[in-house]
Amino acid sequence: MVSAVVNQGGGHASALRSSLRNIAQFVIVLLTTLLGLAAVTFFIGRVVPIDPVIAIVGDRAPAQVYERVRQELGLDLPMAQQFWIYLKKAATGDFGNSVLTTNPVLTDIANTFPATLELATLGTLIGVILGIPLGILAAVKRGSFIDQFVRVLGLAGYSIPIFWLGLMGLLVFYAKLGWVAGPGRIDVTYSYLYTPVTNIVLLDTAMQGQWDAFWDAVSHIILPACLLGYFSLAYISRMTRSFMLNELAQEYVIAARVKGLSEMRVIWRHALRNAAVPLITVIALSYANLLEGSVLTETIFAWPGLGQYITNSLQNADMNAVLGGTLVIGTAFVLLNLVSDLLYRLLDPRTR
Amino acid sequence: MTGAPLPLASEPAGMRAWLLSPEPHSRWQARLGRFYLGWRSFSRNPLAVVGLGIVLLLILVAIFADVIAPYSPVTGGDLRTERLLPPSETFWLGTDDQARDIFSRIVHGSRVTLFIVVLVALIATPIGLLVGTVSGYLGGWVDTVLMRTTDIFLAFPRLILALAFVAALGPGIENAIIAIAITSWPPYARIARAETLMIRNSDFIAAVKLQGASTPRIILGHVVPLCLSSLIVRVTLDMAGIILTAAGLGFLGLGAQPPMPEWGAMVATGRNYLIDQWWVAAMPGIAIFVVSLGFNLLGDGLRDVLDPKAAK
Repeated sequence: MVSAVVNQGGGHASALRSSLRNIAQFVIVLLTTLLGLAAVTFFIGRVVPIDPVIAIVGDRAPAQVYERVRQELGLDLPMAQQFWIYLKKAATGDFGNSVLTTNPVLTDIANTFPATLELATLGTLIGVILGIPLGILAAVKRGSFIDQFVRVLGLAGYSIPIFWLGLMGLLVFYAKLGWVAGPGRIDVTYSYLYTPVTNIVLLDTAMQGQWDAFWDAVSHIILPACLLGYFSLAYISRMTRSFMLNELAQEYVIAARVKGLSEMRVIWRHALRNAAVPLITVIALSYANLLEGSVLTETIFAWPGLGQYITNSLQNADMNAVLGGTLVIGTAFVLLNLVSDLLYRLLDPRTR
Repeated sequence: MTGAPLPLASEPAGMRAWLLSPEPHSRWQARLGRFYLGWRSFSRNPLAVVGLGIVLLLILVAIFADVIAPYSPVTGGDLRTERLLPPSETFWLGTDDQARDIFSRIVHGSRVTLFIVVLVALIATPIGLLVGTVSGYLGGWVDTVLMRTTDIFLAFPRLILALAFVAALGPGIENAIIAIAITSWPPYARIARAETLMIRNSDFIAAVKLQGASTPRIILGHVVPLCLSSLIVRVTLDMAGIILTAAGLGFLGLGAQPPMPEWGAMVATGRNYLIDQWWVAAMPGIAIFVVSLGFNLLGDGLRDVLDPKAAK
């Protein structure tokens, strides 16, 4: 992505300089935001009423053991120094060990994040594939039934608690109708048929040709993915509608029609191409939101992802895990936002 | 000035009734007139009126919860015979695992919801307003520092930041409110700053400055009031999000603690009985849905009236 910026500006020295400045700005924004994220998690970790020493040694440990662990953890150092150590550790991915699983937090995150990614990606795909055509239809047939439908869909998406809709989905499609499999990623009987490589079950099973396991995984993921997909769809279709309305009112659309282009071509080739630029930002944002929405969804569907990891750790006062997970999701969020911003600048010549 | 009718003589008689209110102040009268005009355009939007109705209903139910609820929200009935009953004439929405009437609990839960929404708005709005106006008015390094801080808070996904704060502060409704407020103010600060940037170069600010008004006076007395209307719209639109976040925290067991009838926590209880006693989880969820829908509709309607540029 970054090299693309340079390539495009490569021909002219001034363009190159301006894109270099953009990159420098981008890096500075990224670094300060990440520093801020680390500061917030560090601060939260310090105000927490749980004594981290007692969490490790237990409340019956003798005083000298307590003191030794306290020094090992660096809790006797001044705040600023503690923060510096925290930063250095966080930069190398060392968030300490999880009290609950006893693994390093980073290992736990590496194990759980692919599951979250799988779910959020599928959800976004559903949202994009259904949401964009719906939004376009709503804009083209403004005021029609489909327009009202998209409006209601969007309003409901902003108002329904995701955890409740998930439970109702389980009740109807799993318990009553039996169309989909229940909570979890895959049935235990299938889970030994493949070796986790990427930790993305759909990919792993498909690559190893275990189609029975693959279809079982599909029947597990389909409901939570549709749930996340719905919230993504509600957002994407609404934004698509408003971008398309904006474009369809432009003069170039009239010009294209006057030239005698078919309506399909006017809408899909001309208007949509211009609406696509802000849409990419929206899709990236919705993807970032799904990472967040996955916290509640994963809890309901017993989906072993990062969201469930954070909530489990939270309920067990496992602060290293909570803060490590928070920092990772926050970083992913920041990166997605910045990437969408960068893409926007790349794709829209007007912003140069 | 006093009592002079506004130059709106062609308006219908209903308008006069507003203007002839017992308040003799002309400023007050003008405000009423404006309010009336706003109301007229607001009430043309039926969905917005429905939203207002839902929100008013929520407030009324919260006020008269003791009168409306037929049973106690906290102490249940007979655990042997009245546990997990389906909706019936005696228990309109059924009973939960503690043999408590779900309808009564939802009615009392409206107080909890309203309490959360109002407190979050009361904490987060002034913070956002102050940060935004100070940042926009002073500019320079103050602006840079404040806005970068705001961006950092915006960079966190809201629910996750709230989760982390609740983890630090300990579960409970007060801490949930603080956590949600901490995660809510950044967008308000952004809006207030954008408005301030437009206001700060106007002639009347220059005039006030020439009269010798101090910076705090200009910000508090002249900039803040002008930022309020767009902020109110944003806060109203946000209330649904606040309710959903609070319910999410409650659902995870980090918000209101039992036996408080918080809707999210009630859904969490119902989760254990989902397959055979679906109403325990379904009913409080519907309450959350209806109330956040109400705030969304109201917010949309308010935006159309107060901020016509943003409406599309």
